[in-house]
Amino acid sequence: MSEQKLQSQTVQTTGHAWDGDLQEYNNPLPVWWVYTFYATVIFAIVYWTIYPSWPFGKGWIGGVSNITYVNSEGETKTHSWNTRALLMEDMNKAAVAQKPYFDKVSAMSYEQIAKDPDMSGFILSSGKALFADNCAPCHQAGGQGVVGFFPNLTDDDWLYGGSFDTIHETLMGGRRGYMPTFSEVLSGEQIDQLANYVASLSGVDHDAGKAAAGEVLFHSETAACYYCHTNNGTGRKDMGAPNLTDNIWLWADVPAAGGAGGKVAAIRSVIANGLNKGVMPAWAGRLSPEQIKVLTVYVHELGGGQ
Amino acid sequence: MNINFKHEWIETNIGLMAVLTMLAISVGGLVEIAPLFFIDKTIEKVEGVRPYTPLEQRGRDIYQREGCYTCHSQMIRPFRDEKLRYGHYSLAAESQYDHPFQWGSKRTGPDLARVGGKYSNEWHVQHLVAPRSMVPESVMPNYPWLLSTPLDISDTAARMKALRKVGVPYSQTQAEYDANVAKFGETVARQLHIPDAQKNLVEQANFGNYDGDRSGISEMDALVAYLQVLGTMVDFSKYADDAFVETR
Repeated sequence: MSEQKLQSQTVQTTGHAWDGDLQEYNNPLPVWWVYTFYATVIFAIVYWTIYPSWPFGKGWIGGVSNITYVNSEGETKTHSWNTRALLMEDMNKAAVAQKPYFDKVSAMSYEQIAKDPDMSGFILSSGKALFADNCAPCHQAGGQGVVGFFPNLTDDDWLYGGSFDTIHETLMGGRRGYMPTFSEVLSGEQIDQLANYVASLSGVDHDAGKAAAGEVLFHSETAACYYCHTNNGTGRKDMGAPNLTDNIWLWADVPAAGGAGGKVAAIRSVIANGLNKGVMPAWAGRLSPEQIKVLTVYVHELGGGQ
Repeated sequence: MNINFKHEWIETNIGLMAVLTMLAISVGGLVEIAPLFFIDKTIEKVEGVRPYTPLEQRGRDIYQREGCYTCHSQMIRPFRDEKLRYGHYSLAAESQYDHPFQWGSKRTGPDLARVGGKYSNEWHVQHLVAPRSMVPESVMPNYPWLLSTPLDISDTAARMKALRKVGVPYSQTQAEYDANVAKFGETVARQLHIPDAQKNLVEQANFGNYDGDRSGISEMDALVAYLQVLGTMVDFSKYADDAFVETR
């Protein structure tokens, strides 16, 4: 049947003949296809004219489409279309939309921002996004921290101080915690006594006899704990030395440790091994001054600001 | 001159057809790739980009061995959302010594092109050992063996030699070392000297103590050293925010 159909059509052949009589039909392309092809050629030429396209010498043809933007130096510049210029334009637009708020952030004091209901909304939303991107990996989404690693930002206990200015200082320059390793300086017995004394300061179950000996050591030149933690154990914020009397624990997980012995052992481990952690990266340079100011107020308002 | 061209010549000569087919299909590649070698703005001219130190390079090898690239890209695109989350868009110059580059096109985890300095070493260590202890919603696997496996440093120099063959300017001779001093400064040039590779690696690992354990050099030391240098080589505060618009 197909043979009959083919015979009934008059189709051009390519004119080639193989093996004497083997020929090849030459079916022209459909008209719609040919015109679509011409249309794509025209489209390509238009596209090359508008956007960057062909290499030329040591550069390329930029195209007639331009982007105008303002850079950080305040200069207005026009450049042929590219994604980097497009980003500049996009950042300009966003900056214009946020400018009223960021101008206010720059101009107002921390206290004014915290009290202004309009600004509080802005701080809450923009601060939340900034916090989630940059701070939450360590301090967790709600700022509750991780015991043994990163401090809780929602309570009123601060290693370096919870005022606007100290929070700002912490964000700008970062922090580095340090406590010497006492296992090299003190005997196991002495470390045990100190651990019991530190436990007693916060009212954690301890051995009173050992604690009394620990108290002497704490204030002696041998252990010299009082240098950083002060005579009454309340710590020094200028050194990031924690308050040992408030029963709030960051490095030694005392609340989770089992039994009286376990709790003292948790403290003992920190004294023996010291700390060379508690590193917070510096954010100056990574975030803009306005963003850091927003974060300062946001962290202050998490609940523990002083 | 009248060449009597017949299409039949090509169709009846399979050798000629193969050659002409190859020529035709290489045009597509050539017009896209070849000009990049002649355009003088292909690699942006910036200060600070250097090859990795031996320790960082070993960390990079571990990064590839563990397949970090299957979930993490190292390519910040020039979009507003990416700038806000990750920082300045990646430059071609920043991966000029990467073999192979780790740009990637698939993000299950975040982009790592500028993760250097964003978190502390101890965060990285804890996060690699047990990601969910730091980021509860994370789907990243645990990599606890990095901390317990000592880093094999015996073939450090051989690895650098291999990279030197593909164009990374690690120095083998005094002349190459001097050229590196001129290009990168003495501190960096010392790190790039192949004969000192093992010594340099041990020094950096001991000084940096990236894994928080001074008892030895673990694979964690190398990987964290690598992560902490990512995206930190160029100081963008030296450049206007549109300094690299011109180069594209």
